[in-house]
Amino acid sequence: MKLDIMLAGVGGQGTLSIATVIGVAAVEAGIVLKQAEAHGMSQRGGDVQSHLRLSTEAIHSDLITKGHADMVLALEPMEALRYVPYLSPDGIIVTSSVPFVNIPDYPDVDEINRELSGFPRVIKADIEAAASVAGAFRSSNMVLLGMAAPYLKVLSPESVRRAIGTFFAQKGDAVVEANLKAFDMGLEMAGK
Amino acid sequence: MEKKMLLLGDEAVALGAINAGLSGVYAYPGTPSTEITEFIQESPLARERNIRSRWSTNEKTAMEEALGMSFAGKRAMVCMKHVGMNVCADAFVNSAITGVNGGLVVVAADDPSMHSSQNEQDSRFYGKFAMVPIFEPSNQQECYDMTVAAFDLSEKLKLPVLLRLVTRVAHSRAAVSAGPYKDQNVLAPEADSGHWVLLPGIAKRQYASLVGKQDIMLSLSEKSPFNRYEQGNSPLGVIACGIAYNYVREAGAENVLKVSQYPLPVSAVEEMARGCNRILVVEDGQPVVEQEVKMLLGAGFKVEGRLTGTLPRTGELTPDSVAAALGCGTGPVYKASELVAPRPPQLCNGCSHRDVYSSLVEVLEDYPDAKVFGDIGCYTLGALPPFKALDSTVDMGASITMAKGAADAGLHPAVAVIGDSTFTHSGMTGLLDAVNENADITVIISDNLTTAMTGGQQSAGTSKFEQICLGLGVNPDHLKVVVPIPGNRNEIKEIIRREIEYHGVSVIIPRRECMKTLNKRLSKQRQQR
Repeated sequence: MKLDIMLAGVGGQGTLSIATVIGVAAVEAGIVLKQAEAHGMSQRGGDVQSHLRLSTEAIHSDLITKGHADMVLALEPMEALRYVPYLSPDGIIVTSSVPFVNIPDYPDVDEINRELSGFPRVIKADIEAAASVAGAFRSSNMVLLGMAAPYLKVLSPESVRRAIGTFFAQKGDAVVEANLKAFDMGLEMAGK
Repeated sequence: MEKKMLLLGDEAVALGAINAGLSGVYAYPGTPSTEITEFIQESPLARERNIRSRWSTNEKTAMEEALGMSFAGKRAMVCMKHVGMNVCADAFVNSAITGVNGGLVVVAADDPSMHSSQNEQDSRFYGKFAMVPIFEPSNQQECYDMTVAAFDLSEKLKLPVLLRLVTRVAHSRAAVSAGPYKDQNVLAPEADSGHWVLLPGIAKRQYASLVGKQDIMLSLSEKSPFNRYEQGNSPLGVIACGIAYNYVREAGAENVLKVSQYPLPVSAVEEMARGCNRILVVEDGQPVVEQEVKMLLGAGFKVEGRLTGTLPRTGELTPDSVAAALGCGTGPVYKASELVAPRPPQLCNGCSHRDVYSSLVEVLEDYPDAKVFGDIGCYTLGALPPFKALDSTVDMGASITMAKGAADAGLHPAVAVIGDSTFTHSGMTGLLDAVNENADITVIISDNLTTAMTGGQQSAGTSKFEQICLGLGVNPDHLKVVVPIPGNRNEIKEIIRREIEYHGVSVIIPRRECMKTLNKRLSKQRQQR
């Protein structure tokens, strides 16, 4: 069984943290993982993406083939749309609905929403509001991960939860607590 | 064997080097190579073993320092991005002529598709040019294994060995298992150092000896476990170099020659050619092997690759482009959204470079003939809107020298914008040229106290810039230091205007800490509290 995730966002939004948490969970679960990251120039407020490939068998390519991603996981709605050519026909889009506008020609938000709604499986939510409600306004990326958790096939939500504990441990209990709250909130929003 | 670790290709190289008995890593930061040196700098094991790892001023000083450590008998590694090979080429090529004593591994991380670079040159050409062995790992485990093997091979052949990475190996993470630690070499400088003195008479002998080693290199390559012919019945033979092997396997091709050690294993290529009627060469970067195979098999044999357009001539390989070249379908694909706008990187909010450019652009509105020569770093983003402040960006240090050349031609105002780390990397010598002719240029050294673009590494000249400029002969009356904050904009504009009006070398140093390193520092302080 395999799970290919195209992870997208804007530099500085915390995409790499999501990738790392999933990586920690995969190693714990003995799942094979390849994760191609974006470093360097693109991290300065540009679009960033990470190819995350998990499998119970050997993985060859570091990059996902177009039309084969089981999930597009995005911290920003236009960035979700950017990677739809990677989405498989029965894949799912899990995305933040909050636009990050740092370019002058950012498209009309309603049109983005309309286009996103045209895909068969989409979960979309205001992860920033949710993070605030959870009392963890800096952890909206973990809300998104919570929303995606029921669809990770090769990883259980509980194993991802444990990985959050491991990954944030060095930043202290308060940070772990906030990120777990955000994750749980996302999990609840996924309605599953 | 211990538990597998999830490592970037860069980190696997670093761990391989530590375990191979490394005594020193020498590097200048550059994407996608930076994390190799950072891993060693942060490794408790490296600290325990006293492995030297501070950043060098540029790739040439790094290469020469490493060569010196090798001369002394210890194992050294040099790491850089591909264009760093241009900077250290003199030392690198000649290190193959002197040969090495302690193992010397040179890591070049290429960036096909130019994710974070200004060209996509292929470092394998440098390896061939210098006539040294090259390793090209296809995955993170091979990054580890080949680094260890490269040190052994280097000491066996008494030659530097090139390890070539590409972005998708360097910056991709996978599980790696490490081998045992090896002790560092003891201090053992060459007893007879005669062949290190490259006077023509000696260099001729050394060059002949290097040429003489080529047959040994070839036979080692043909026996290498890293080169593997997976014979199949297909009339199409596929030569897959480095990372290309992953895409070829992903597409399910058979009859594959996996190449990860050079010189090219010629007999395996010939064996493959005897059993097929067409060969596709899949390689990331430039068509290095494709040309070689074409030459080897002659015009009568059909060889395809990037030169024939079977694979795209530019850009990194993808599983999609390789599948298409192999004639394999990959199924339906949603078409790209027309709504999506490009989102280029930009200067951070509150960045000091923003204040520098705001002031500069406003002053230059009064000088329609002004040209601004830029350099390599975060501040290259000043070329994009809203500033559109730069007229050129070419290579590390070219801002000052190009401004000088343009001023020599009569252009005024000729302004150079260079960062602190780039200035010490390659700007100082150009400034000396300018001082020696009192060239009519205005140099802005935008000092944010770090090497910001690559993630905030220590910058070689921090707290020394005024001394450096004065030492090079800049007139003290035309060396100005300012603090680039919005409140100082009028003062900065006034200074820029005055220095443009001064017809000689002026240096203005706007100095304020990078927002990224500032925030990192503050958040660390919060955690410690």
